[in-house]
Amino acid sequence: MSTSNQIAVDREKGNFHFETDYAYDAGVGLSEDVVKYVSGVKDEEPWLLDFRLKALAAFEGKPLPTHWASKDLENINFDQIRYYLSKGQKPSRTWEEVPDDVKNTFERLGIPEQERKFLAGVEAQFDSEAAYSRMKDDLEEKGVLFMGSTEGLKEYPEVFKKWFGKVIPTSDNKFSALNSAVFSGGSFIYVPPGVKLEQPLQAYFRINAENFGQFERTLIIADEGAEITYMEGCTAPKFETSTLHSAVVELVALKGAKIQYITVQNWSNNVFNLVTKRALAEEEAEVRWIDCNIGSRLTMKYPGVILKGRKARGEVLSIALANDGQHQDTGAKMVHAASETTSNVIAKSISIGKGRSSYRGLVEMPGRPSHCKNNTECDALLINAESETDTYPAITVRGRDNSVQHEASVSKVSAEQIFYMQQRGMSEPEAMSLCVNGFVNDLIREFPMEYSVELKRLIDLEMEGSVG
Amino acid sequence: MSSLNINNLSASIEGKAILDNLNLDLPAGEVHAVMGPNGSGKSTLSKVLAGHPDYEVTGGSARLEGIELLGLSPDEIARMGLFLAFQYPIEVPGISIANFIRAALQARLPEGESVKAVDYYKQLYEKMDELGMDRTFTSRSLNEGFSGGEKKRCEILQMSMLEPRYCILDETDSGLDIDALREVSLGVNRMKGPERGMLVITHYQRLLEYIVPDKVHVMWEGKVVLSGDKDLALELEQRGYDWIRNEVAA
Ligand SMILES: Nc1ncnc2c1ncn2[C@@H]1O[C@H](COP(=O)(O)OP(=O)(O)OP(=O)(O)O)[C@@H](O)[C@H]1O
Ligand SMILES: [Mg+2]
Repeated sequence: MSTSNQIAVDREKGNFHFETDYAYDAGVGLSEDVVKYVSGVKDEEPWLLDFRLKALAAFEGKPLPTHWASKDLENINFDQIRYYLSKGQKPSRTWEEVPDDVKNTFERLGIPEQERKFLAGVEAQFDSEAAYSRMKDDLEEKGVLFMGSTEGLKEYPEVFKKWFGKVIPTSDNKFSALNSAVFSGGSFIYVPPGVKLEQPLQAYFRINAENFGQFERTLIIADEGAEITYMEGCTAPKFETSTLHSAVVELVALKGAKIQYITVQNWSNNVFNLVTKRALAEEEAEVRWIDCNIGSRLTMKYPGVILKGRKARGEVLSIALANDGQHQDTGAKMVHAASETTSNVIAKSISIGKGRSSYRGLVEMPGRPSHCKNNTECDALLINAESETDTYPAITVRGRDNSVQHEASVSKVSAEQIFYMQQRGMSEPEAMSLCVNGFVNDLIREFPMEYSVELKRLIDLEMEGSVG
Repeated sequence: MSSLNINNLSASIEGKAILDNLNLDLPAGEVHAVMGPNGSGKSTLSKVLAGHPDYEVTGGSARLEGIELLGLSPDEIARMGLFLAFQYPIEVPGISIANFIRAALQARLPEGESVKAVDYYKQLYEKMDELGMDRTFTSRSLNEGFSGGEKKRCEILQMSMLEPRYCILDETDSGLDIDALREVSLGVNRMKGPERGMLVITHYQRLLEYIVPDKVHVMWEGKVVLSGDKDLALELEQRGYDWIRNEVAA
């Protein structure tokens, strides 16, 4: 049965571009000067510039992880990328104040409309900085903080600094180091103890410029017993040259808090999407990553949860769709660092045409915890003979009475199935869409109602483009 | 010209010729039975008519209401009104019967129009009741884990929901128990009408006691070698196919 409240995701939707002038432009290529420029534009404190410069050195010192990851990484030309572009304006609190070219972009993407319909707040980032940021007044009164990371660092350094870089150290990987050197934008959210947000907060990331790299940094802290759902969406126009998106997202769920983080990644097929996402879950806290990767040229993303407190719970539900020329390299990391922690991973991938999807899972139980449970299920669906999928699970269990369960399946849509469906009147793409929808259906049912993402329409569009 | 006309149809698979100058006319309003030994090409005929891509048509024509079917895609042929109840229905995991049939109906509507859920379910439940299918089936994945008989009923359910002009039933009776045979036959009979042509492929006279054919054709090595009235089926039941061999040779 169809779900009514759906978010329009359309692979062509983001493929447009308005001419824009930028007041601040760090130029092309990466150097200490570029890092200093970014820090200077933001008028940052010396410790932060120092942090960035150290990160730059870490980035330069690390090789591309091509010994395990895709060789396609070698096609990122770091010298051709523009690392910072902004109009030099503070994020507006009303859409009227947003410059026309930027406002038109977000209107076309339907962001203000969604805000009116069901969101508690929106932050809209255009290239390097947020153009709009607004949360409902009552949340402000309850002490909820929701703003860009640039503003967060300035206005609430004591909260920000306490957690910044603690969940994901700078040197975690080459791209977290890169992000740490040049980060700009992203959300900063703090939810005070016991405050439960009924509606989600949303961030929308838009790449507008060619040869541009977007490096947002998001930090969400849910204090004891707090609850929040956050959603991010993203698009970019289809340029000739490739674009880089490399975010770092850190979540902190303190005792008994719940964070649900939903991503609908719909980048155009020229975007390298190399994102590090990790959460820290204290005692009895719950973190759930819902991750839908539909676009991009190469996505490498393995959301993780460090289950640090007793009875903490982590979950990753992900759907990846890899079409021709796309590689969705996704997965999950669950670190059971305390006893009685549980985690659940359900990953479904669909490879179409020459598309490739990989699943990398990591389950660790360091420090000999007991009574931990992990369940991992990864299912791949191959649509065409040349479609590819691969799975790399890594599990280390220590301690006692722990249970780890891993199930993987690969299924193919057979020519006989398609013929059967066509015999009932459906076109080939319609038949394939139906198979794909059937494949992801039980997982989508787990998503919150507002986000029972309109994968159907999206998949239909993907299929139309890939058949015949 | 309301009929399905098959003229000198020849087809092969993987280089092996199966249909050999086959001729058959099925006028709307009639029920024809096709019988013939295993491997004589009955299922091949049904799949070629339905546009299965694995078969190569090497000659002849097949016209539905005067329009050539051969060369069209399977879904075009289906939407023109040809329905095939498969001898071996395919399992499609993850798609419920209800959603599947709805999508099939939707595929027949012009762009912008959609199947009305309330009417749809009303009709679906009615037909399921008629066929003696439990309503819990609507949410089960299409044919997945169904018993042989359940699959066949599900084919007839789809047929009655889609209301095609020409129906080919490929051994719908095999695998059905005695009661199911009656229920399914009643379902098929309900669909008989002046506007609809039916081609019933079967090995058994028993089915033809329920679905009484206007004509019976005998297939042999890719050809229709003999046609007659319903008594021909009785004769085959009594005498087997050996005598046909002699007739063909003669
Ligand atoms: N892929 C294939 N390659 C080679 N031969 C095939 C292939 N598919 C079918 N055939 C052959 O075509 C012939 C006709 O098969 P078909 O299924 O049409 O027979 P049938 O009359 O329906 O038989 P039955 O009564 O057993 O259902 C058989 O000899 C079969 O082996
Ligand atoms: Mg057969």
